[in-house]
Amino acid sequence: MALKQEDTAGQANFERIIAKDSRVEPKDWMPEAYRRTLVRQISQHAHSEIIGMQPEANWITRAPSLKRKSILMAKVQDEAGHGLYLYSAAETLGTTRDDMMDALVAGKARYSSIFNYPAVTWADMGAIGWMVDGAAICNQVPLCRASYGPYGRAMVRVCKEESFHQRQGFEILLELANGTPEQRTMAQDAVNRWYAPSLMMFGPPDDDSPNSRQSMAWNIKRFSNDELRSRFVGMLVEQVKVLGLSLPDEYISVNEDSNKWEHGPLDWEEFKEVLAGRGPCNAQRLERRRSAHDDGAWVREAAAVYAQKQAVKNAQKAAAST
Amino acid sequence: MSAQEFAGSSTPAAGDGAHRWPLWEVFVRSNRGLSHVHAGSLHAPDAAMALRNARDLYTRRNEGVSIWVVPADAIAASDPDAKGSFFESPQGKDYRHATYYTKSEGVKHL
Amino acid sequence: MQPSAKLGDASASATRITPGNALRPEDIALAARHGAAKASEDVAQYALRLGDDALILAQRLAHWISRAPELEEDVALGNIALDQLGHARSFLTYAGSSWGKSEDELAYFRREQEFRCAHLFEQPNGDFAATIARQFIAANYQFPLYRGLTQSSDPMLAAIAAKAVKEVDYHLDHSTQWVLRLAGGTEESRRRMVAGLDLMWPFTGELFQDDALTARLGDAGVLPSSLRAEFDRATGEVLAEAEVDIPASSMASGGGRHGRHSEHLGYLLAEMQVLAREYPGASW
Repeated sequence: MALKQEDTAGQANFERIIAKDSRVEPKDWMPEAYRRTLVRQISQHAHSEIIGMQPEANWITRAPSLKRKSILMAKVQDEAGHGLYLYSAAETLGTTRDDMMDALVAGKARYSSIFNYPAVTWADMGAIGWMVDGAAICNQVPLCRASYGPYGRAMVRVCKEESFHQRQGFEILLELANGTPEQRTMAQDAVNRWYAPSLMMFGPPDDDSPNSRQSMAWNIKRFSNDELRSRFVGMLVEQVKVLGLSLPDEYISVNEDSNKWEHGPLDWEEFKEVLAGRGPCNAQRLERRRSAHDDGAWVREAAAVYAQKQAVKNAQKAAAST
Repeated sequence: MSAQEFAGSSTPAAGDGAHRWPLWEVFVRSNRGLSHVHAGSLHAPDAAMALRNARDLYTRRNEGVSIWVVPADAIAASDPDAKGSFFESPQGKDYRHATYYTKSEGVKHL
Repeated sequence: MQPSAKLGDASASATRITPGNALRPEDIALAARHGAAKASEDVAQYALRLGDDALILAQRLAHWISRAPELEEDVALGNIALDQLGHARSFLTYAGSSWGKSEDELAYFRREQEFRCAHLFEQPNGDFAATIARQFIAANYQFPLYRGLTQSSDPMLAAIAAKAVKEVDYHLDHSTQWVLRLAGGTEESRRRMVAGLDLMWPFTGELFQDDALTARLGDAGVLPSSLRAEFDRATGEVLAEAEVDIPASSMASGGGRHGRHSEHLGYLLAEMQVLAREYPGASW
């Protein structure tokens, strides 16, 4: 397919930007596939923040101390904010938030499969903060340098704000691990349940991740799934010692050739099932988002109509005074 | 652009009759003496709510002492495709910069 | 009571706490532990009322997070809930200083009849309009209350109020903006807003009832009945702009200040307290 002349110039300019490791900005010419990849990735990321509010929001009303209640509320609220930053970044690519939201509530959009697991005890608030946010941060820090400017800038803000998320989770577990025997059991149980899903947050193994190579060539992704996963395992290994808990993986070791951390086998069949919508909480999470969206429709409409009425009123006032 | 035109630019969603809230760009002044800097964007039905949403979203951690919100539609931007020629003129005009004047180097208070 | 140096400047007088001082519940707890801040029995009972109002309201508002009409509103309601929770923690911590109890002991291990919140705050969220109506009443009550309380002869109450009044000022603005928009938006939103106000208005009466405790407090507290005129004026102005009649009924039996609550509170407490009570004595 022959490119139009302006497209050829645009393509050349785009390639120069990528080669220089500079940043692509919203109004620049970009290949359609690059735009599509970004929209998909950024909107999935935004959806993950929004759906990811739910497992934790479920515990705000039951948090066992007022301090923990404040912290958890602030954290879940941050996640709404992060979703907003990311939707804004995606909007600069010419898709609207409404379209993205519609796709989400229609079950047509993906989000991180981990949020389809239930948060059944208070210790899950610790494990989610420590491992799920920990994995997210591993993923996100390199994204601050993503080649698409608005995405990178959104990630900078997200990473800054999330620094407390992982710590508060770690401290919840630390408190439990040093608490009563029941609390300690609760903590270990949560670590056991969230370990494998958090490792799978980095996505399928490199040889089964068709989009990764292109994303890396475009400087969207900076490190491969397996590379990031290995680094994450290395961090967990050290941190779990401080907790005095253990990771449910007897195969963790450092590969002597590559000097990288390795872990036991992960159940990628389960991953695919959950991603395909057949996880323990998929229906519940979508239903909650859908009902919030639908129940809020009259409010959004009312505010928009009010704004229009006020604008007409102001215009009439201005006309009358001249 | 008047508020009326702007409010009018929000289009109802297909099917569900919902009214879309327009997009606003948010600029935050982090401290007195500094310029407002672009912080991000958000959706709001009107300017009053946009300011409040911006306060809640972009200054939760003492990031600002003043906020501007601007309808995203109201921003006129230079054309990136014309980048080469639009920003060509300053190139090569070294004499606009103090570093161009080497003979006076070392003279005090100059 | 002698406030500790932690609260203000090195000369250690709580009266020097500037209104701009961001007083945290942890500061109050520290002062209480060192015996530097101990509420009198009456002041503690009064702080308990204000703290319970804020705590129960925060618990209600928290439920909106992840369910609000728009994501921006998730964040806004989250901020308001966090503010209220902060006020609750300060008031409860201070109240607890009188009895050697922590904020958590008061929040999680009192029975329903021992709570001192007014019925308004216990009311379920309902739809967004009902929540806004409750916010509108709550903020119009709390704002003049805290403003008055900044002049309290009790320095700690004054300090807590100084932080709280600025935050509630914003809650007032938030609820006002939404009352205007919902009342002046679509037919449906107007119907819902009017219904929400009708639903919540009967619980305003209780907020302004004086009793023996508020009479005894004198300059330390704010006489509830003294807030009524300001409440009527401020809410009246907004409702007039919204072209909504002030709901007729503003009398409700109340009793929250003396431990007689609505049917709703028990469920709310059951949820709020369940985990803490499953593991009594545990630290979190």
